[in-house]
Amino acid sequence: MTKKKTIRTIPQDRAPMAVQEPERRVGNFEEVALGFTPEDALVECERCLLCPEPACVAGCPVGIDIPGFIIKLSEKDYRGAYDILSEANLLPAICGRVCPQEDQCEGVCPVGDTLEPVAIGRLERWVGDRAIKEGWSSRPHIEPRKIKVGIVGSGPAGMACAADLAKAGCEVIVYEAFHEPGGVLRYGIPEFRLPNDVVDAEIANLKELGVQIECNTLVGRLFTIEQMRDEMGFDAVFVGSGAGAPKFMGIPGETLNGVLSANELLTRCNLMMAGKFPEFDTPLHLGRRVAIIGSGNTAMDAMRVSLRMGAEKVYCVYRRTEAESPARKEELHHAQEEGIDFHWLTAPVEILDDGNGNVRAMRCVRMELGDPDDSGRRRPVPIVGSEYEFETDMVVYAIGTSANPILGQTSKLKLNARGYIETDDTLATSMAGVYAGGDIVTGAATVILAMGAGRRAAQSIKEYLAIPDSEAVYSPLRNGPDGTLFGIDLAERNFARLRVA
Amino acid sequence: MPGFPIVAREDFSDTTFLLEINHPAMARAAKPGQFVIVMTRAKGERIPLTIADFDRDKGTVTLVVQAVGKTTREMQGLCQAGTGLYGIVGPMGEPSRIGDARKVVCVGGGLGVAPIYPQARGFKESGAYVIGVVGFRNRDLVFWEDKFRACCDELIICTDDGSAGIKGLVTKGIEMAVEKHADIDEVVAIGPPIMMRACAETTRPLGIKTMVSLNPIMVDGTGMCGGCRVKIGDRMKFACVDGPDFDGHEVDFDDLMNRLRRFKEDEKLAIERWSENCRQKALAETADGGG
Ligand SMILES: Cc1cc2nc3c(=O)[nH]c(=O)nc-3n(C[C@H](O)[C@H](O)[C@H](O)COP(=O)(O)OP(=O)(O)OC[C@H]3O[C@@H](n4cnc5c(N)ncnc54)[C@H](O)[C@@H]3O)c2cc1C
Ligand SMILES: Cc1cc2nc3c(=O)[nH]c(=O)nc-3n(C[C@H](O)[C@H](O)[C@H](O)COP(=O)(O)OP(=O)(O)OC[C@H]3O[C@@H](n4cnc5c(N)ncnc54)[C@H](O)[C@@H]3O)c2cc1C
Ligand code: SF4
Ligand code: FES
Repeated sequence: MTKKKTIRTIPQDRAPMAVQEPERRVGNFEEVALGFTPEDALVECERCLLCPEPACVAGCPVGIDIPGFIIKLSEKDYRGAYDILSEANLLPAICGRVCPQEDQCEGVCPVGDTLEPVAIGRLERWVGDRAIKEGWSSRPHIEPRKIKVGIVGSGPAGMACAADLAKAGCEVIVYEAFHEPGGVLRYGIPEFRLPNDVVDAEIANLKELGVQIECNTLVGRLFTIEQMRDEMGFDAVFVGSGAGAPKFMGIPGETLNGVLSANELLTRCNLMMAGKFPEFDTPLHLGRRVAIIGSGNTAMDAMRVSLRMGAEKVYCVYRRTEAESPARKEELHHAQEEGIDFHWLTAPVEILDDGNGNVRAMRCVRMELGDPDDSGRRRPVPIVGSEYEFETDMVVYAIGTSANPILGQTSKLKLNARGYIETDDTLATSMAGVYAGGDIVTGAATVILAMGAGRRAAQSIKEYLAIPDSEAVYSPLRNGPDGTLFGIDLAERNFARLRVA
Repeated sequence: MPGFPIVAREDFSDTTFLLEINHPAMARAAKPGQFVIVMTRAKGERIPLTIADFDRDKGTVTLVVQAVGKTTREMQGLCQAGTGLYGIVGPMGEPSRIGDARKVVCVGGGLGVAPIYPQARGFKESGAYVIGVVGFRNRDLVFWEDKFRACCDELIICTDDGSAGIKGLVTKGIEMAVEKHADIDEVVAIGPPIMMRACAETTRPLGIKTMVSLNPIMVDGTGMCGGCRVKIGDRMKFACVDGPDFDGHEVDFDDLMNRLRRFKEDEKLAIERWSENCRQKALAETADGGG
């Protein structure tokens, strides 16, 4: 704290982070990015300018006090860093790994104007991993109350809501349809990006808070949301059931054997361990040449899982260009390193039969970018006469999901036109005492947004049930992303620091 | 004892067996036409099985399983009364619409005999005249005759060799029923796809509404993977959430049968490896016993 830091005095390059080499890692499911060493983390902390009005905090969907935790980290107060992080983010080890930081905190960090931005995600991951290793948790003193809350779905939205309500003393039961908890974190995102150990640790933390998790429970069918509220004694219900249902395109050949959704491929591999067939009973029947349609995170995961399962060649077929790819930059980069063959500006028009009901090839058309569409991205339009065939024996759809119909079929919850659950700003649904958040409200989004929604709903449920807000000193989402509530305090603190220096 | 307790087991033949599972909430919720997904062991696969019966007072659901491959053969060995299932989730699928049909034919063949029972009973309870048609290879394989008699106004048993009931396929049973009754509102058929298709073709020229219960390969059973997609007319449906019941005259059975062959090689590998393991184990046990 001797000299004022400027863009010229900070370490110019990001601290290096070890990764498994591409040639090696395509042969295993172990983590690709190995994380910072303590020394690297400390070097990276040096790169933070400790801005008085930190853009990163505003860029974070849950308003983590980023410079605050970085200061603690640079002072080697690791526990202190974790406490700051976990005030806003219950799952730092997870979000540090999977958040699209380039669109959030790192995307607005001014260091990024001239150099690479501060590697906030990697620092967050480092602190989260440290917490898991040391067994730290942010378990406060819990005053039990006679209030029972039911949570539908054990993805990040459900987990976050459950944790906050358990801390407020509620009896919390989470119902999960699968035989294991975690939602997309378990069945979707593969081990080499998010190890199961990390998910297990977060689930263990939840249980530590007294949350009960009941797997093998399909809400809507085993009992309805109405029954939970009216017969089973739940004072409130939170629905975080995810977006779920995979989309197909409606082109000919879609029901051939060898055509499947990325969700199916990933569930077979991540949850059911098809990689270890026949020791585990669930098969995948991988093709030799696998074409994945789409270019988001789900597509990247499907491609890289296919490689690791032993596919000889993996193609990505995407109708726009690399610049429009919605995947996390790091994943796209890793996929490229691993040898995925990208066909940008290409759209499938038909999947062709080998005569025995299996995929033989895919007919595609080349695209060019036309005028911008509603999303502001240039709309891809087919180039007439550019159709061509290429050989493949497996086609995987990763073109998005739509709302899962089960809760709509079985309850009176009001849905919007696209089938997602309708809520107001407090995440209250059309049914009194029933709240919803995460992908089932917004459509497929991100882990951090689902987690933020779970916490926001927990806050609303506390208000609805008149639970005093004893420990919620800090609730950024309710104060908007500018985080005024703590922002002032933080800015002052940093300001002082810089002045003193 | 792990998981969900199996309280009773009954063997109908050397391939077909019944399991009664204690699960009061499921017994309360189950409706005709719904199914469950079962996992025998942590490393097992998730397989769909129809709820063949449920007893709300006892708090049990009944599954009737035909041992056709690795998982179901293994269940035949492992799932004894007093043991438990690693996982069971459900009831899944849209319940069958037991509408206002006044006269129905309920057809079950092969692994569809048990699943048709709750529908026959459901129709009976709703006041319909129920004609049961159930098909078996021979008389030794016949089961639940008493249960069907209790809920059917007429019961036609069909066997391949004529050793019980009439000789012939279930379609012959349907033809007999149709000849006798001109006012049949609906036929419901459950069994192997080839049988369901034959039933649908029998009723198509007569214009009798025919519902079938499709059994594509599934993973989650919650609409999340799309593995169970089937072609109904020109639309694609997910059997686990949109079905499993569909209008038999609209189902693309060729597509369904093709998709059921999807994992043929893997299934073969699994059963071969499993049989070999069983053999080795038996040998080792004999050796132990001897030494
Ligand atoms: C392959 C893949 C990769 C991704 N990668 C990233 C990434 O890198 N970064 C990122 O930020 N986001 C990523 N996402 C998106 C992110 O995972 C989701 O936005 C997030 O998980 C949504 O959380 P959720 O809690 O709303 O739902 P989910 O995580 O979907 O969890 C919902 C849970 O509810 C259960 N459920 C559903 N219906 C019922 C019912 N009726 N009864 C009981 N349980 C039920 C489901 O089984 C599931 O476990 C990815 C998504 C996928 C599919
Ligand atoms: C909604 C639904 C309800 C079902 N109800 C019952 C039931 O009540 N009793 C019962 O015994 N079986 C039922 N089945 C079929 C049962 O799920 C399969 O027999 C089982 O998955 C086979 O597993 P396996 O490992 O023993 O055989 P595998 O080795 O996987 O397969 C052996 C043979 O069975 C066929 N098969 C595989 N999966 C299925 C399937 N899902 N449906 C039909 N045939 C299949 C294969 O094509 C192959 O010929 C139902 C299936 C569905 C989708
Ligand atoms: S924006 Fe945040 S991470 Fe970047 S320099 Fe400022 S305080 Fe540090
Ligand atoms: S079994 Fe996965 S969607 Fe139906």
